[in-house]
Amino acid sequence: MGGLAFDVAHLLAGGLVLVSFMMLYQDRLYALINIYGLHALALTLSVAWQAYIQDAGHLYVTAAIALIFKAIVIPLALMRIVRQFGIHREIETAVGIGPTMLAGMGLVALSMVVMLRVTPDADPLAREDLAFALSVILLGLLVMVTRRNAVGQVIGFMSLENGLILAATGAKGMPLVVEISVAFSVLIAFIVIGVFLFRIRERFDTVDVGAMDEFRGEKR
Amino acid sequence: MDLILGLFVQGAQMALVLALAPLLTGIVRKAKARLTRRVGASLWQPYRDLARLMRKEVVLAENASWLFRAAPYMIFAATWVAAALVPTFATGLTFSWTADLIAIVALLGSARFFLALAGMDVGTAFGGIGASREVMIASLAEPAMLMIIFTLALVAGSTQLSTVAAQMATPAVGLRFSLGLALVALAVVALAENARIPVDNPATHLELTMVHEAMVLEYSGRHLAMIELAAHLKLLLYLSLIACVFAPWSLAAPGDGVGAHLWGVLAWIGKLGLGGALLALFETSIAKMRVFRVPQFLGVALMLGLLATLLLFVSRSL
Repeated sequence: MGGLAFDVAHLLAGGLVLVSFMMLYQDRLYALINIYGLHALALTLSVAWQAYIQDAGHLYVTAAIALIFKAIVIPLALMRIVRQFGIHREIETAVGIGPTMLAGMGLVALSMVVMLRVTPDADPLAREDLAFALSVILLGLLVMVTRRNAVGQVIGFMSLENGLILAATGAKGMPLVVEISVAFSVLIAFIVIGVFLFRIRERFDTVDVGAMDEFRGEKR
Repeated sequence: MDLILGLFVQGAQMALVLALAPLLTGIVRKAKARLTRRVGASLWQPYRDLARLMRKEVVLAENASWLFRAAPYMIFAATWVAAALVPTFATGLTFSWTADLIAIVALLGSARFFLALAGMDVGTAFGGIGASREVMIASLAEPAMLMIIFTLALVAGSTQLSTVAAQMATPAVGLRFSLGLALVALAVVALAENARIPVDNPATHLELTMVHEAMVLEYSGRHLAMIELAAHLKLLLYLSLIACVFAPWSLAAPGDGVGAHLWGVLAWIGKLGLGGALLALFETSIAKMRVFRVPQFLGVALMLGLLATLLLFVSRSL
């Protein structure tokens, strides 16, 4: 049981990292949103497996929240925003795919070096989970950095948050209250960001954040 | 006695790969034809093609150097030796201890080097463009292949293909995410190396898209037969490689009797047939890529290989 439980946890968390890479690779908004849904689905499976092996019933609630809100509600809402703005045809990456991928690899290697150094005494399962969670977080930041479109940046932020949830479930004995409040604060953040998107759109007629640099007189 | 048996197994393998390679190509072509609702040529057509090419006269360009004439034999020899080193139906190959997976890649790389030189030798424009594209693809496929080899070597503790195959068959390996990534990456590399559809179309003479065919355009007669046979062998080699690393069941161990070896041969032929059918299915369901998108396609393989190696450091051995 021990070996297989670890292998499946490794598989699911590794799948989450892989989906993060797929997110880096997309250059269309619809595809990016679909991949975000897949990311949330991978998170759900991963959390549910952690709930099963840790025998912690409350983690199933976390998994259900991830499935309902992150894999279904938020992607649908984002799709709606994209359709309303009429930006579904836009292709955008600020940096080329090749350098982005290499940077992503570097970040994964970095998070492994950091996490495996600082947690030598912990349970292998928790160490593995933390290392993968940190790489998902860093990759989410990278998605935010490499996108110029505000919607893409929102998706980067959301995937970063998925990494946080993964880290939280890996740590044994995290109370449900904390997880629910994290999940809902992210939902609130999503609503606030949505309002901001509409405001940006109203002001500048675009959600390309390059327009703001221009407005401030920082045009390169 | 062991040595004689080992030599016999090795000899049987060398004869078998040579005999079965055109059949595999025939199976892939037939399956592709059937999938597009055509009748397709018979399974034995590649053999007939080879026999006919062997009988035909060689037409050489006036400015062809000795290299142009020697290259087909070198390509064939290097590919055949490489194919003899992959454990297809038994792991106890005598030659296997002289060369590991990296040596196999190096043999294939030198075959490609001679092919690219021969493509440029006569000085036609097509040969040059084919050679340059082939080298571009290879320069991306080989790093990916090396990352895959690192992954396998880290899992199995050896780059020796027989050891890797034997190790993969034990339950100690378990379920590993990295191996899944490595399998996908190896499949992508195999498609690129064998000039299969998303990268190159093996059945076309349309000058804008061809890579492999452009290089061998000047060849005829027995030289062309050698090159075609080498291409068949290479396809068989990659399929056997994937089969022996990722599906190492029913491989005969060194000390096994005749029955186990025969069963191994049958299972290997089954695996090849299945692999050929899957390849045909994949090729009919996907369109050929533009040449400039090939680096992205191979970049995925490189990335998966790198990720597989990285993820191995966070595994059960923690």
